[in-house]
Amino acid sequence: MEFEPVIGLEIHAQLATRSKLFCACPTEFGQAPNANTCPVCLGLPGVLPVVNRRAVELAIRLGLATHCTIRLDSQFARKNYFYPDLPKAYQISQYDRPLCERGWVEIAVAGEPRRIGITRIHLEEDAGKLVHEGRDPTASYVDLNRAGVPLVEIVSEPELRSPEEAKAYMEKMHALVTYLDVGRGDMEKGNLRADANISLRPRGSDRLGTRTETKNLNSFRFVQQALAYEIERQRAELLAGRPIVQETRLWDALGKTTYSMRSKEEAHDYRYFPEPDLAVLRLEPALIERIRAELPELPDAKAVRFQRDYGLSAYDAAVLVADRATAEFFDATVGHGADPKRAANWITVELAARCNEDRASIADLRFGPERLAEMIAMIGRGEISSRQAKTVFDHLYATGRAPAEIVREQGLSQLSDAAALEGLVAKVLAEHPGQVEQYRAGKTKVLGFFVGQIMKATGGQANPALLNDLLRRKLA
Amino acid sequence: MELCESPIRELHRRRLAREISTAEIARSVLGRIERYETRVRAYITLTTGDVLSGAEAADAKLARGEPVGPIEGMPLALKDIFITAGIETTCGSRILKGFKPPYDATVVERLKAHGLNLLGKTNLDEFAMGSSTESSAYGPTRNPWAFDRVPGGSSGGSAAAVAAGEALAALGTDTGGSIRQPAAFTSLVGLKPTYGRVSRYGMIAYASSLDQGGPITRDIGDAALLLNVISGHDPRDSTSARRPVPDFTRYLQGDLQGVRVGLVREIGQAGQLDPEVGLALQANLETLRALGAEPVEISMPSIEYAVAVYYILAPCEASSNLGRYDGIRLGPRAAGASDLRELYRKTRQQGFGAEVKRRIMLGTFALSAGYYDAYYVRAMKIRELLREDFRRAFARVELIAGPTSPIPAFRLGEKLDDPLQMYLTDAYTLPANLAGLPAVSIPGGFTRAGLPLGLQLMADHFREDRLIQAAWAFEQATDHHRRRPALS
Repeated sequence: MEFEPVIGLEIHAQLATRSKLFCACPTEFGQAPNANTCPVCLGLPGVLPVVNRRAVELAIRLGLATHCTIRLDSQFARKNYFYPDLPKAYQISQYDRPLCERGWVEIAVAGEPRRIGITRIHLEEDAGKLVHEGRDPTASYVDLNRAGVPLVEIVSEPELRSPEEAKAYMEKMHALVTYLDVGRGDMEKGNLRADANISLRPRGSDRLGTRTETKNLNSFRFVQQALAYEIERQRAELLAGRPIVQETRLWDALGKTTYSMRSKEEAHDYRYFPEPDLAVLRLEPALIERIRAELPELPDAKAVRFQRDYGLSAYDAAVLVADRATAEFFDATVGHGADPKRAANWITVELAARCNEDRASIADLRFGPERLAEMIAMIGRGEISSRQAKTVFDHLYATGRAPAEIVREQGLSQLSDAAALEGLVAKVLAEHPGQVEQYRAGKTKVLGFFVGQIMKATGGQANPALLNDLLRRKLA
Repeated sequence: MELCESPIRELHRRRLAREISTAEIARSVLGRIERYETRVRAYITLTTGDVLSGAEAADAKLARGEPVGPIEGMPLALKDIFITAGIETTCGSRILKGFKPPYDATVVERLKAHGLNLLGKTNLDEFAMGSSTESSAYGPTRNPWAFDRVPGGSSGGSAAAVAAGEALAALGTDTGGSIRQPAAFTSLVGLKPTYGRVSRYGMIAYASSLDQGGPITRDIGDAALLLNVISGHDPRDSTSARRPVPDFTRYLQGDLQGVRVGLVREIGQAGQLDPEVGLALQANLETLRALGAEPVEISMPSIEYAVAVYYILAPCEASSNLGRYDGIRLGPRAAGASDLRELYRKTRQQGFGAEVKRRIMLGTFALSAGYYDAYYVRAMKIRELLREDFRRAFARVELIAGPTSPIPAFRLGEKLDDPLQMYLTDAYTLPANLAGLPAVSIPGGFTRAGLPLGLQLMADHFREDRLIQAAWAFEQATDHHRRRPALS
């Protein structure tokens, strides 16, 4: 039997605010345990939450960029459960009145564009974390630095149909979050992580199968791999006639498998109810319009512009806009006068390969877009060959120094100054009257001899085309 | 009358006139504590060590001719639900034993800015859940008017302390009547402000949408005085109102000429009104009429559901609010637990008393999947209907009057085995909390046996001024508030 996967993602993205969602503590990463805490995020008796206005604005920004309707009367709710990293024993989240609802984003897999529905985007606070390395190796320690850090949870409709689509969707969401400055999207720090819901059904059926949820996937690759694994696992279960158990699973990145964390029977009853410490979040339409007006250019629009204004292919444009920093680097390179197609090529091929090797990002580069533009201009003017440019680029990438300097120091420049070459040509011809005679007698192969002589004299830097041209004219 | 039995405003006038000193006032109050506290048991924690020096500091300022505010140096008490930096705050529970908070509640900050001279933290029903102060983990408080009776609750310690002269005034909190009912049981003034008038930051939460702090005092003048200090918007409390705070003492004047006073037809039918309470109410209404008030009968069809609605919503919120007492960060942690679940279970089993457990279970049940709509959602709807009843009523009248409690102070232990009976005693006070309205209980007479009775007045949102004006006029026409218990 052929099965069709039905996939929905819940993505948690940390918002790029300076302070926590309900108190003034910093959100800074990497502090000593419990350094970023106060009575409010410690959940001490008597404390009350105050909503971070900036967090609300950032969530609205993401909602608008994903075509959501923004609720003018959204409400916070308490999600109740006990765990040592949750100091109040409830998480302040949103439940039946989320801030953003009913949006969509477009993804493309193998050039095939698809619109994926967004059910909702809501605000919530993060929990702390348990630490198992301390003075007492058998003890658990609680670090509440992260407790109260603002998150958005972005819930997709179950409209993704393959692990590749899920990956593309998550990449799209990451691009949006970073483009909008809504979050830093630093996956390694867990800034963006996904829970993946998946079920299988016979192709053609419109009934949903029993689903599993795989939690805390913090890379695009993990999402794809975990879903691929789940599809195979569920298919095998179904083909063996065993029912799928509705459960929460975890991804084992080393073993590349998922394993059960808890079943539905063990699932929490979170006893959601409206947070009585916070009034209904009433928003003015004017605020939403202001945020809409301030939206930056989004990836889709950027890709369209790159194709229209710069004549890039859809593929190149898509690669460039997938990462905001890359797109901006490209825009700036072109802004410094570089040929767009050459710039796109250098960025998507050479630069991407180097960054990939070094696991570095555009932000880590030692050089700015103006340097790349300078290098591309030198190629355009014929000062360096494309082959030489690769060497220049290697040095540029490694040192960040000006391309002209690199060319000079490395003795790379093609001698393209016709006047300078002309003198040299005249000198070499004068020194070898015999060969000149031979050429003029019709033995045109002698031309190679002259080229060799001049190349020797210039250390190989003479522009070959120019040189040939000059020689032919002088010898005629 | 001893100094410790006098209203603060009167004492302040006299110290400004150099008839008495603040130190004498403090010594009078401290003397009372020394003599009677072992019997009244109003306090969980006494902080009396610095009280005399606090009073002397105020006197020194007076002597230097510096301005001294009316509560500066005056010995006051706080219900042990208000967070006090460095002073153990237990909320009447074993689970918070030894908890010395790192911060002050907003109202405590405000009182300190006005020269708070703190006597200590008063007893209460555990987490303010109760109407008799008997559910405290630190033992019951006695009613100074009759030592075999309860002082009411949950702010029973605050009421008993003031009634016994062991404090000049105190702050309490009121979630379903916890300021007003103890005030009624001890012949004091207990004012629950409009929800949002007083910051809840640093007031340990019982039911967040209902809790409100307020004063328990000897007369309405002192209530207005303290309300001036503790009221006002607090940026740390999102539910606190951005409303200007008037000088409430300005309303200590006038009569009730032309003031329409609503009498709720359904009250008196719903609860079992004690006959003596009924008689006192008639007399009190007569007094109001004599002051110029016009009684208007009003109907509030939803009021009969107030008890049921309250005992769903308050436990729901409480079950969530009390989740944080899990033995992880503060308070005693149960020993001998083999895993996390057992640690939670044992800590909470040992740390909470029976009434708290009952309400946590009620609330947990009512919020559970499959029951939420039938209980929480429906209760919220009825709460809205009740608010609507009040909206309609306050379109017709300025005040609503009635008894604070259907019965006078009952005997210790009398209702402990019958929680429902205990819950029903809150029937007249709960509606104001559910609707967020301001309400005051003022001394309204005594039973033949000499037990105090309260008259409750309710007003529209943020109309504490009307409560104060009416209570003042009523005080001028009566002398219930001048009687003091014969301690012996």
